[in-house]
Amino acid sequence: MASTTPIDMPPAPPAPPERAGRPRSTGRAGDKIFLGLSRGSGILLLVIMASIAVFLTYRSVLAISKDEGNFLTTFDWNPAGDPPVFGIAVLLFGTVVSSIIAMVIAVPIAVGIALFISHYAPRKLAAPIAYVVDLLAAVPSIVYGIWGALVLVPYLEGLNLWLDQFFGWTYIFEKTEVGVARSLFTVGILLAIMILPIVTSVSREVFLQVPKMNEEAALALGATRWEVIRLSVLPFGRSGIISASMLGLGRALGETMAVATVLSPNFLISLHLLNPGGGTFAQNIAAKFGEADAFGRDALIASGLVLFVLTLLVNGAARLIIARRKEYSGANA
Amino acid sequence: MSHAPTGVMERPSPASPSPKSSLGSRSLPRLAPLGFAVVSVALGVGLSLAAGWESRIQWGMISALFFLAISYVATTVVENQRQAKDRLATSVMWVCFLIAVVPLASLLWTTIVRGAERLDGYFLTHSMAGVLGSEASGGVYHALIGTLEQVGIATVISAPLGLLTAVYLVEYGKGSLARAVTFFVDVMTGIPSIVAGLFILSIMLIANLEPSGLMGALALTILMIPVVVRSTEEMLKLVPNELREASLALGIPKWRTILKVVLPTAIGGITTGVMLAIARIAGETAPIILLVFGSQLINTNPFEGAQSSLPFYIYEQYKIGEAASYDRAWAAALVLIAFVMILNLVARGIARWKAPKTGR
Amino acid sequence: MAKRIDISGLTAYYGSHKAIEDISMTVEPRSVTAFIGPSGCGKSTFLRTLNRMHEVTPGGRVEGKVLLDDENLYASNVDPVTVRRTVGMVFQRPNPFPTMSIFDNVAAGLRLNGSYRKSELNDVVEKSLRGANLWNEVKDRLNKPGSGLSGGQQQRLCIARAIAVEPQVLLMDEPCSALDPISTLAIEDLIGELKERFTIVIVTHNMQQAARVSDRTAFFNLAAVGKPGKLIEIDETERIFSNPSVQATEDYISGRFG
Repeated sequence: MASTTPIDMPPAPPAPPERAGRPRSTGRAGDKIFLGLSRGSGILLLVIMASIAVFLTYRSVLAISKDEGNFLTTFDWNPAGDPPVFGIAVLLFGTVVSSIIAMVIAVPIAVGIALFISHYAPRKLAAPIAYVVDLLAAVPSIVYGIWGALVLVPYLEGLNLWLDQFFGWTYIFEKTEVGVARSLFTVGILLAIMILPIVTSVSREVFLQVPKMNEEAALALGATRWEVIRLSVLPFGRSGIISASMLGLGRALGETMAVATVLSPNFLISLHLLNPGGGTFAQNIAAKFGEADAFGRDALIASGLVLFVLTLLVNGAARLIIARRKEYSGANA
Repeated sequence: MSHAPTGVMERPSPASPSPKSSLGSRSLPRLAPLGFAVVSVALGVGLSLAAGWESRIQWGMISALFFLAISYVATTVVENQRQAKDRLATSVMWVCFLIAVVPLASLLWTTIVRGAERLDGYFLTHSMAGVLGSEASGGVYHALIGTLEQVGIATVISAPLGLLTAVYLVEYGKGSLARAVTFFVDVMTGIPSIVAGLFILSIMLIANLEPSGLMGALALTILMIPVVVRSTEEMLKLVPNELREASLALGIPKWRTILKVVLPTAIGGITTGVMLAIARIAGETAPIILLVFGSQLINTNPFEGAQSSLPFYIYEQYKIGEAASYDRAWAAALVLIAFVMILNLVARGIARWKAPKTGR
Repeated sequence: MAKRIDISGLTAYYGSHKAIEDISMTVEPRSVTAFIGPSGCGKSTFLRTLNRMHEVTPGGRVEGKVLLDDENLYASNVDPVTVRRTVGMVFQRPNPFPTMSIFDNVAAGLRLNGSYRKSELNDVVEKSLRGANLWNEVKDRLNKPGSGLSGGQQQRLCIARAIAVEPQVLLMDEPCSALDPISTLAIEDLIGELKERFTIVIVTHNMQQAARVSDRTAFFNLAAVGKPGKLIEIDETERIFSNPSVQATEDYISGRFG
């Protein structure tokens, strides 16, 4: 396709040739300039991060100070009203619930696929599968979105009825409202499918790093393949699985388009997961943005700040676990 | 200590059969799992039809459950408990794999089949100017232009920035500044795209700027920089220290060493990283919704006025909700996926092609 | 308990590369047999064919027979898992399970084979650790991770783990090459004790070690790099080191090559 060519031009090169062409005095000046440039970029990154926090907080404060409802507990989003009333309770609930559903489904399956690739699949099959999984991680979320809305939703209707019929007694699977399957449950499934590749590929990396000698130790004791995994692979990979899941969770929490296309939003909290309705931070921002005035946009920014903090916490936890694991395996080497 | 040896042997040994027993054991034939699978699918489909369940998702799930149960029971009976657990684990892995393959394959298949219906030269070379949502006409040209320009601007900004930052971290970075940068690069990796969009939006609100392709590109830059930094860092770390030392020992200043020795050695990997980053941001929709606003018309100027972009176009067509607009959405999705996949494949190709030269 | 091993016509491959060719020998029960030879002569590969660990390596493939008291390890109805339970192995580098305690490491093999009462496990763990001359050093910290021990202790822990499941044969792949001289001595003493109960096969690069610990010694060599390794001769250790029947053996032992 012709569309790739223009993209080839911008990347890396511009900086080097220009610098390299300088007169080669003693090199002292060059060293200083180069160090200054690279350190400057590092500092610029910090400045960007700081200004993200500052700007979002600033606009959020503008919005929240005029909010007549309680920002945390209000079940409504009406910043254009008089007085303006809006709150994130429903969004927080929907974001967390859909992400939890996604995690519950995706993590075990992703670990299964990762083990399948690293330890079970015939060698000739493993490499291409891993490759395809990596490619799938690159499929844009909007494509998952329209696929979810146009293909997955109709397919899930039967499943929903069935869950309602046999597991309705669990309350969460009781479907009390008729309507298509544009529910938090469906969103959770779609998010699970979306984060599957990333969780799989991170877990697979970890499983492949398990020292051969640990696995041989188990094998030499007369362990079956599953026992080798239980004795050597899973204990070694546990923190890796956790951090992979956290990365997946971070994605699920902030996912916009897939939720915006699938969910039929309302501002209610319901534990009947199969009922259509609910909302998430990102979905609400995308959906409400078009009709929002300047103040409404500030209100959306305020909800975005909460999402930002939420993902920071999750990603921070993931990084911490990875860092701890590095120490741990280092002490062991 | 001398009493130990005999003691060990007195232990009753429940699992290992009597000492004289043979190493051999009964085992299922190699192709047994395939047989189980066929039987399970038959049972699953049969049961589902009998019960009148329509969703094929249930058919599959019930077949999978049958498969797990049959292989577990059969192995327990013919072999033993341990082998049965092993077999169960193997079966679970296969089922996991299949469960994942089905939706992902469906996604690709649907996109290709539905997308190909509408995708042609006309679609690629025309905008939506004057086309009603329900009309089976129009195209994606304006969105294509938008995507290329926005992604191009984002790349021009983030590639050098990311590259320099990575050079700083690997070649110069020590102390608290480097640690802070490393940490915040990690943090930036996790920023949801919509939050990046909101950040630029808050600047626009403060500075009274109008939506334009540039604004969208700035948000994409925030998403792209950490990816470029991370991958470049990895590549630079792969460059053997001996190379740097050899160059420095010749009296070549450090900055020239970096430019002439380190970067050229790692350039293949760096290019790959940048291309993968491009592929990632090309599919971002959320910031475009907030910052570029969308347009039906061709606007080749990214610095002024609303633009469209491929992902935004897909969302917009989906929301119209007409058969014709769905067709356009799928066709655009195919274009987008093809774009992203080609970038990925070329990037990985470069990585593979360049890999041996960078060494370890 | 200890069994005799009869190997006949054994050839092992890595993919299309033939690593060892047509090896036949007998390993006597309740004795220590040492394998020596230059690097790359396939002695470790050969060792790993004796408990079917070779086929774990990608492309690993074996032809020929290994009879453990008349039973062929490579017969079609034999499960490699059972073989490895019967033929234990200790590796070049100590490899305790890093996330497990000392106790759990020793108990790992037993736990695989079904449920044990806690008291039974305690007994076996104690006896195995005593058998590996490690009990006195670790009895107060059985719940600490095994990776916290010194290299020599870790290696004895691995031996304890291997003998806890009561194998018939114990294979040792250069068990002292990663250890300091004092730990090496401890392991060599231990080998002397263990041969009362097990058939022991040890691969070593250290000829003094082979002379010290083994009853019989097998010398392996390869014609050239890339050629498969072959068994040159096997005999009483004393004879191999004093008066070998093949010139190559004498050259190797007297340090003229390898």
